[in-house]
Amino acid sequence: MKKTTKKFSFNGFGQLTIPLIAIALLVVFNLIRDPGFFSIGISHNSNGNAVLSGNLISIINGASELAILAMGMTLVTAACGGQDISVGAAAAIAGSVFVKVLKASSSISGVTVILAFLCACVVAMIFGSFNGTLVAVFRIQPMIATLILYTCGRSIAYWINGGATPTVTSSIVNAIGSFIPGIPVPTPVIIVVVMGILFWLLFHFTSLRLFTQSVGINGSAARLNGIDARFIKLLSFIILGVCVAVSGCIGVSRLGLINHETLLLDVEMDTILAVAIGGNNLGGGKFKLSGSVIGAYVIQMLTITLYAMKVSSTDVKAYKAIVIILLVVIGSPVIKEKFSRFLARLSDKRRKVSVKGAEE
Amino acid sequence: MKHFSFLKRKEPLNDTQLLMAITIGIFLIMYVSAIMLFGGGFNHAQQIFDMLNDNASLIIVSCGLTIVMIGGGIDISVGAVTSLTVMSCVLYLNRGGNIYVSILLALGIGLAFGLVQGFLISYLEIQPFIVTLAGMFFARGMTTILSVNPQKAAHKTFNALRAKKIEISWLGYKARNGNLVPARIELGVLVALVCVIFVFLMLRYIRMGRNTYAMGGNQQSALMLGINVKRTRFMTYVLSGLLSGIAGYVFMLHTGAGNATNAAGMEMNAIASSIIGGTLLTGGVGNVIGTFFGTLSLTTIKKIVVTSGLNDPWWQSITTGGMLCFFILLQSVVLGKRSKKKNT
Repeated sequence: MKKTTKKFSFNGFGQLTIPLIAIALLVVFNLIRDPGFFSIGISHNSNGNAVLSGNLISIINGASELAILAMGMTLVTAACGGQDISVGAAAAIAGSVFVKVLKASSSISGVTVILAFLCACVVAMIFGSFNGTLVAVFRIQPMIATLILYTCGRSIAYWINGGATPTVTSSIVNAIGSFIPGIPVPTPVIIVVVMGILFWLLFHFTSLRLFTQSVGINGSAARLNGIDARFIKLLSFIILGVCVAVSGCIGVSRLGLINHETLLLDVEMDTILAVAIGGNNLGGGKFKLSGSVIGAYVIQMLTITLYAMKVSSTDVKAYKAIVIILLVVIGSPVIKEKFSRFLARLSDKRRKVSVKGAEE
Repeated sequence: MKHFSFLKRKEPLNDTQLLMAITIGIFLIMYVSAIMLFGGGFNHAQQIFDMLNDNASLIIVSCGLTIVMIGGGIDISVGAVTSLTVMSCVLYLNRGGNIYVSILLALGIGLAFGLVQGFLISYLEIQPFIVTLAGMFFARGMTTILSVNPQKAAHKTFNALRAKKIEISWLGYKARNGNLVPARIELGVLVALVCVIFVFLMLRYIRMGRNTYAMGGNQQSALMLGINVKRTRFMTYVLSGLLSGIAGYVFMLHTGAGNATNAAGMEMNAIASSIIGGTLLTGGVGNVIGTFFGTLSLTTIKKIVVTSGLNDPWWQSITTGGMLCFFILLQSVVLGKRSKKKNT
């Protein structure tokens, strides 16, 4: 009897329950509101390419940066038990470096774009290792350590560009931000898939996942078992740095310009939210990347749904907050426990009734 | 450490006092060097009063945040709640409202946020960061729903209250034309000082305050000591919310207008001042007097940057970040050394 109640309890899918329920609710809500909401069409963009279009595509496309950042943030959260709140600022720096290198070259070819991206990567990794050193070596809480870069990051980005917001006009950069000619899927989506595969390979061929989880659950125990906890924490920040560079470059390529003030604004909050909605414990330990990625899509779907309901972009936050609170209340341990107790009581009653019936 | 003989008291300084002493010391060094380097504006008492006038609401918000951080939590909704309070009070006053009711409205908004967030965090055990993030989104969203455009307060009694300033003539300075300009303090500063003193006394002498330290230091042992951890945590968030409401009113007294971008980034400034003041985000360590000086240090460094002629817009935040980095590293090193000493 106990086994069956366990099976039907709230934790059917483990930690993916809440994000999947959220997506299902949003999909059903949208289908009721407008049956054609998820229809995908093929349209021709200004370059004459046949590309996919529709709300679903814009959701998946728009959440790309968030999804990539959420992957890196999950690692940091799991290893350090805290979050990096400087990702938006660091992405602005990476984007500035990307543009700076592109502007320095006389003509923009594929090689220069790759070079610029590598430069952005290196800079973002340096800033990541700065944060990581503060956290791993000096044992400072991640949120406080990254508060430094959060405070001055966007100003550094501004400084790199010498107080301007330069634009880049190049078909290659444009292709990274929107569509590669001949491929109907938006390029950012392809990049997300590539990043996902890279992470999968990383976890498949190394013991990084195990090490990260053990450092997050109990750092000193992990150290006694021969895991270099400092290195794992530092590494998680450096990997996040790569994710930051990728999403910063996507953000720049989308617009074709770097604006230090508005590039990925408030993305750090959304990223942490994605990690939390994905069912990951913000205090570190076990994690699931897929949960965070789904969390990112939940957030984007919510935003697009609100836009489709003609909520103005400044007011979206208030409605978002209500949905977030509902989600976390459903997911809260106390409510879960009460719910499972309620289910157990129901089945107990049924059993008692059946036993009584048998006695009589 | 041998040379600091004055530190060798019968009872050694605890972590809280040591961090606070460092903060106050560095603030004094910074201010004195500013006077020596730039003279001029830094000489007048008005400079300090200006810093207080501009930052009264930040000080109040930081007090609330310090309570929450000592209890081991975090509240990032404070800036947004302040902004919402300003906007709703201004709109209420402009519709011919009563000034006393507007004060109640400000307190009510802050209290409501505190109650809901505290309930969700302590009784439903949801992570504080997420709850207060949602609170921040909600308050910011509500502010723009109320009004996207800036609203200026046009209420007679309120504007009379706003214009009221305490003038101290003997702290004033002679202007160039020979007139004596008395030092001016706004009413909000008084409110801020009262809040600081109240929170200081509460944390030190009232049971709830001491419970907060116990809970932040080690939640498990606080529970074993029979402290009602849930209620204590609930109360820290309620107080923080209430203080944000008060800060909103003080902010309105200072600016006299509601704007959707009011108090933008205030939560991070408040966290920074608490950290500079020696509060640890891990909980159990901190003091509201330190926070007060933390706010002043943050302002002083900005003023120094402006005075020294680094006019490019990026220098202010880069130096703020550098100072934050310095303080955080200093605290980490000092506390690390002490804990090593204790172990040996």
